[in-house]
Amino acid sequence: MQRRSPYPYWFLLPAGTIFAVFFLVPTVASFYFSLTYWDPFEARFAGFENYQQFFSEPFLARGVMNTLIFAVLTSGLKTVLGLLLAVLLTSGLLGQSLLRSVVFFPVLVSTIGVGLLFQELMHPTEGAINVALEAVGIDGPGWLTNPSLALVSVALVDVWRGVGLATLIYIAGLATISPDYYEAARIDGATRWQQFWRVTVPLVRPATTTVIILSLIGGLRLFDLIWAMTRGGPGFASDVLASVIYKQYQAGFWGLSTAGNVILFLLIALLIVPLALHLNRREADL
Amino acid sequence: MTNRLTRSTALATLLALSGGALSAQELSVLIDNNAATQAAFDALIAAYTEQNPDVSFDIELRPGGGEGDNIVKTRLATGEMADIFSYNSGSLFQALRPDRTLVAIGDLPNVAALNESFLQTVMDGEGNVYGVPYEAAMGGGILYHVPTYEELGLEVPTTWEEFMANNAVIAEQTDKAPVIQTYRDTWTSQLFVLADYFNVQAANPDFAEQYTANQAHYADTPAAQAGFQRLQEVYEAGYLNEDFGAASFDDGLRMVATGEGVHYPMLTFSLGSIQQNNPDLIDDVGFFAQPGDSADSNGLTIWLPAAVYIPQSSDNIDAAKDFLNFVASPEGCAAIVAANGATGPMLVPNCDLPEDVPTAVSDMLPYFEREGGTAPALEFLSPVKGPALEQLTVEVGSGIRDAASAAELYDQDVAKQARQLGLEGW
Amino acid sequence: MRPRQVILGIVSMAVAFVIFVIPFLLVIFTAGKTAADASQIDFTPPVRWQFWQNLVDVVQTRDYQLLLAYWNSTVITVGAIAGLVIFGAMVGYVMQRRDTRLTRALYFVVLSGLMIPPAVVPTIWLLQEINLFKTLHGMILIQIAYGLGFTVLLYRSFIAAIPRDLDEAAIIDGGTPLQIFFRVILPLLKPVTVTIIVVQAIAIFNDFTHPLYYLPGAENVTVQITLYNFQSQFVSQLNLLFMNILLITIPPLLVFVFFNRQIVAGMTAGGVKG
Repeated sequence: MQRRSPYPYWFLLPAGTIFAVFFLVPTVASFYFSLTYWDPFEARFAGFENYQQFFSEPFLARGVMNTLIFAVLTSGLKTVLGLLLAVLLTSGLLGQSLLRSVVFFPVLVSTIGVGLLFQELMHPTEGAINVALEAVGIDGPGWLTNPSLALVSVALVDVWRGVGLATLIYIAGLATISPDYYEAARIDGATRWQQFWRVTVPLVRPATTTVIILSLIGGLRLFDLIWAMTRGGPGFASDVLASVIYKQYQAGFWGLSTAGNVILFLLIALLIVPLALHLNRREADL
Repeated sequence: MTNRLTRSTALATLLALSGGALSAQELSVLIDNNAATQAAFDALIAAYTEQNPDVSFDIELRPGGGEGDNIVKTRLATGEMADIFSYNSGSLFQALRPDRTLVAIGDLPNVAALNESFLQTVMDGEGNVYGVPYEAAMGGGILYHVPTYEELGLEVPTTWEEFMANNAVIAEQTDKAPVIQTYRDTWTSQLFVLADYFNVQAANPDFAEQYTANQAHYADTPAAQAGFQRLQEVYEAGYLNEDFGAASFDDGLRMVATGEGVHYPMLTFSLGSIQQNNPDLIDDVGFFAQPGDSADSNGLTIWLPAAVYIPQSSDNIDAAKDFLNFVASPEGCAAIVAANGATGPMLVPNCDLPEDVPTAVSDMLPYFEREGGTAPALEFLSPVKGPALEQLTVEVGSGIRDAASAAELYDQDVAKQARQLGLEGW
Repeated sequence: MRPRQVILGIVSMAVAFVIFVIPFLLVIFTAGKTAADASQIDFTPPVRWQFWQNLVDVVQTRDYQLLLAYWNSTVITVGAIAGLVIFGAMVGYVMQRRDTRLTRALYFVVLSGLMIPPAVVPTIWLLQEINLFKTLHGMILIQIAYGLGFTVLLYRSFIAAIPRDLDEAAIIDGGTPLQIFFRVILPLLKPVTVTIIVVQAIAIFNDFTHPLYYLPGAENVTVQITLYNFQSQFVSQLNLLFMNILLITIPPLLVFVFFNRQIVAGMTAGGVKG
């Protein structure tokens, strides 16, 4: 008789059931519901109508574009600034650990709180930012009211809030690089700049992969910060997929909202999976 | 007529029931959390239970706006609705599928006497009536700062040209903002379009019908597109307050009450907020209908009151109907006016307003008293209304998009809504 | 420390002060001002401090809604974390100890759970079907489902460092799987459990999106929803808005002061593994 395993599969059951019921079932169901006209009263089959709507309606399509712009912009900035900050904060400068805490703290603060705070700070005439700019003679822009600036303003706040996490991951990554590499580079006569590009950047690649992927996923899914700061406005200037999904839900177009959800799902899968494979392969090549 | 027959049978049933079956009943009530709604129901219930001590009420509050819509629809769809609930009339009411979810109450004695335009907005396609009003009708037009008008010797405009001429005078002679816009609360941006509907129907009497049938649209009907044009004109003339993109609804009301701005296109329910925040300035705020192209057809676009309804899932339909009959009675109406003051005309017959009403309300009443002086807003005549209008009007009012393009996009938005709702002809 | 590091440190601190500290100072200053003084945001401390009065005003808004919100948020956070820790550790344990096709497949399911955005409206439909919509326990189950990915991965990698000899000794002593897990393994997981509790508590406490969708209704408000709802009311009373933001910033600040090390460990490990 086979001995019962001391690691029984039923240990997986409680978590597995919760995960399956509350995550997998709705995810699978979303593919069906995205093909319907759906409201609280009924769901009528609609074929691909909702998807067609998404790509033919200018403001819905704009939401998809904005999502990509936002994700790439924030992910890029967090990667670059995170690495630079991490190098700075591991160089043994005065107040290093205090600085690490200060940069990291916004990661823990409520996004809604940060959003509302910056909404006030970015007020075109009474906000602290423009008041400060005016004091040095600069006429500050309408950070959130200028349609070509609103999305970028929210992205900057997202970087302000999230760069601490990227920095933290990079600091952990830098700690794994053996000092011998820098020693060898110095003996070869490499400048600090060359050391950074030839030693630090290649060897910190696993951390870079993590930062890029985490911040891309976060950027693609972002809802709360945009909703607190602009609700997608002015007009549709800062609408992203997640805010579009919420608006369609509020309007009672549940099927259309769910189609947006499926599009977001596919967008993340199509972007992240190949990117993760690509980045990991380059890592293995080294 | 069968109508009278059913009415008298119902009356007989009610009388029979009130003999004993109505005793010791509890009615659950779901209303929105607006302060005025709560005050109205507290007053109605107090007055009703005085006459019917056996009936008690359990009030539950819900949020307004999109979240409230979802709650009402979901509870109706799942059969968990309270015995009595408040909800908008007009197109939002139509989306509740009244014939499948609500109890028709046309047989109640007081219902037939209600204002005819109102009844149209709580009626299904077959002519069955489902709701009674618990608040005053509202006007949508321009709130203005009376002292500034007096100072500059301006007159209330009856054409758009006169309105723009007044704006020019204000811009020239004062540093006040001629027109207030407040896009932090995006919904406030729609007023120039929505309140223009009196002028639309004056030019095209069949617009609502053709629009519902997908035969007329904003982009191809010049009178309908005019609302967007007017917004564009005010923006381009530079008449808006500085910071209109970041100003809030509260800011707007404060500005028109204190005279920082002179015109604020708004619904008259907002007078309640001015009364709350700036009670000493309430009589400085006047009101006129949004002017159109011709002084001959000057009139007011009105918003009909929200109503109370009974779901088919209720276990206490007869008791609930008796309460609704009371809401539609002059005593019920008087209780509401006593609680909330006079914010506009009540649509219940023999329900008079007190003598002393705020300036803006007395400015509004003459439109109602004049034959053809009012027209219901489009959302009360057609179930077709796109959800993106407020974003589009923000774009036009901020100079991001021109009126023609916004009208075109709004037509697309409307088509989306009609298809999602499964309306015929789309 | 060389002079270069001192100068660079001072410059960095000055820059960090402007970018990261001033916004929080503004919150504190404005939260202590009168409504009139607060209408113009500036960098000066309040002329007349009315910190306590503002605090009382915010707490009393809409019938002490903030207290209800703190209670609801606490219930959700505690409930979800209890489930996450016990159920998540059980999964991480079996997944690490039994390397089979099933557990390897599950690993990818867990990874996908970290990445895929939840299908919100179908989830609402499901919650309605099983009568959990707008309930705190429904919200707890949702937070468990959404937090499992991170929790399981962290436990799995930590358990890898616990020698199997320990389980085997317990098996020989005749312990049942449950006894072994609860008496031997779970106590050893304490460091990583503290990390998970702290990191997830902050995430769940700060969550806005999911309560917005799944927990509507005035009796169900959470802390983040209250803050969002109050902004319209506080629009001309920035002192109260900022007091509210301050009240919401204090819990994570306290957690950060006391559990700095665990947070850093959790965030980096979760990041690198995920």
